[in-house]
Amino acid sequence: MRRWLPFPLLWLSLTTLWLLLNQTLSVGHLLLGALIAWVVCHVYRRLDARRGTRSRPWRRAGAAVRLFADVAVDIARSNAGVARIVLDPGTRARTAGFLDVPIDLHDPLALATLACIVTATPGTAWAGYDADRCVLTLHILDLIDEAAWIQVIKDRYETRLREIFE
Amino acid sequence: MTQATEPSLAVAVVTAVLVLAGATLTLIGAVGLLRLKTFYERVHAPTMGSTLGSGCVLIASIVLFSALESRPVLHEIAIGVFLTFTTPVTFMLLMRAALQRDRFGEGARGREPPDGKDH
Amino acid sequence: MSVMLLNGSLLVAQAMLTLAMACAAIRLLRGPRAEDRVLALDALYVSAMLVLLTIGMRGGGTLFFDAALVIGMLGFVSTAALAKFLLRGEVIE
Repeated sequence: MRRWLPFPLLWLSLTTLWLLLNQTLSVGHLLLGALIAWVVCHVYRRLDARRGTRSRPWRRAGAAVRLFADVAVDIARSNAGVARIVLDPGTRARTAGFLDVPIDLHDPLALATLACIVTATPGTAWAGYDADRCVLTLHILDLIDEAAWIQVIKDRYETRLREIFE
Repeated sequence: MTQATEPSLAVAVVTAVLVLAGATLTLIGAVGLLRLKTFYERVHAPTMGSTLGSGCVLIASIVLFSALESRPVLHEIAIGVFLTFTTPVTFMLLMRAALQRDRFGEGARGREPPDGKDH
Repeated sequence: MSVMLLNGSLLVAQAMLTLAMACAAIRLLRGPRAEDRVLALDALYVSAMLVLLTIGMRGGGTLFFDAALVIGMLGFVSTAALAKFLLRGEVIE
């Protein structure tokens, strides 16, 4: 199974993307999409430097769905927050600044996902990661309570990401 | 409207609300791009348009076309997925570029960062 | 009635998105940093993509959807290449 289909989740999502773009569920497109996705999976195995496949993809897919729901809620909430800051007409005291968060993730994919989440959320942006000290630097637009932000990153995202990637 | 069928009132209301919400968010993001004072603050503003703003418009498009063609039209999801994966990459590269150019000054681009690593 | 509501709201949305494009264009011209200009270009691309989607919703037809998809892809590739250039001084190392 592993040799024949190295990345079942990647294969499934590529096939779905093919069907979405062609707007069809016909057998012909289903087969063609599945074939193209299968070829891409094998190409990806050559590109993937780590050479590893991960165990229990379906259980981790469940955790990924829960993470996605959390992120969607956070994005909606922080959109409102940033909109308030932009439209605030007063000469508000500037609170934007950099924040160092000690983090316990080492998997490159987990860090990449965290970077995407943080940057996709308005109000927080990824500014760097120090692999030696295990500290990631974020830029935060509304930096009033540093401890609260660290708490959010560690509790909400780090635990979920470890569930998925480790 | 050149469509053959006419959307029901409920569909029209939902679509209108979503489209207006998305456009408002994108506009606020663009205004923020103009109004905020430093580059690091401005990075946060356009994210609104590329996440929730475009998300609203894409869902509106799904709702409208699904109702008009009376079958699920979902290919807008492809744009949504594509945007969520690509926008952060651009912004992270920009952030790193800005930080590095701040560290070295404008003329020193292309040099290695001080720790010699590329995360 | 529903057609009028839909057309009206789409028209208003298009006006707002055009305004957003104008804001991004002003930032693109004004700078002051090169990073600001690339950021503005990205915002411009996203707004233009949304305008195309609303045009498609008013006129009906998936042609505009495909155009929006192409704009989204080209926008990403070009802004990522520009950002990479600012980071390293080269696009491909």
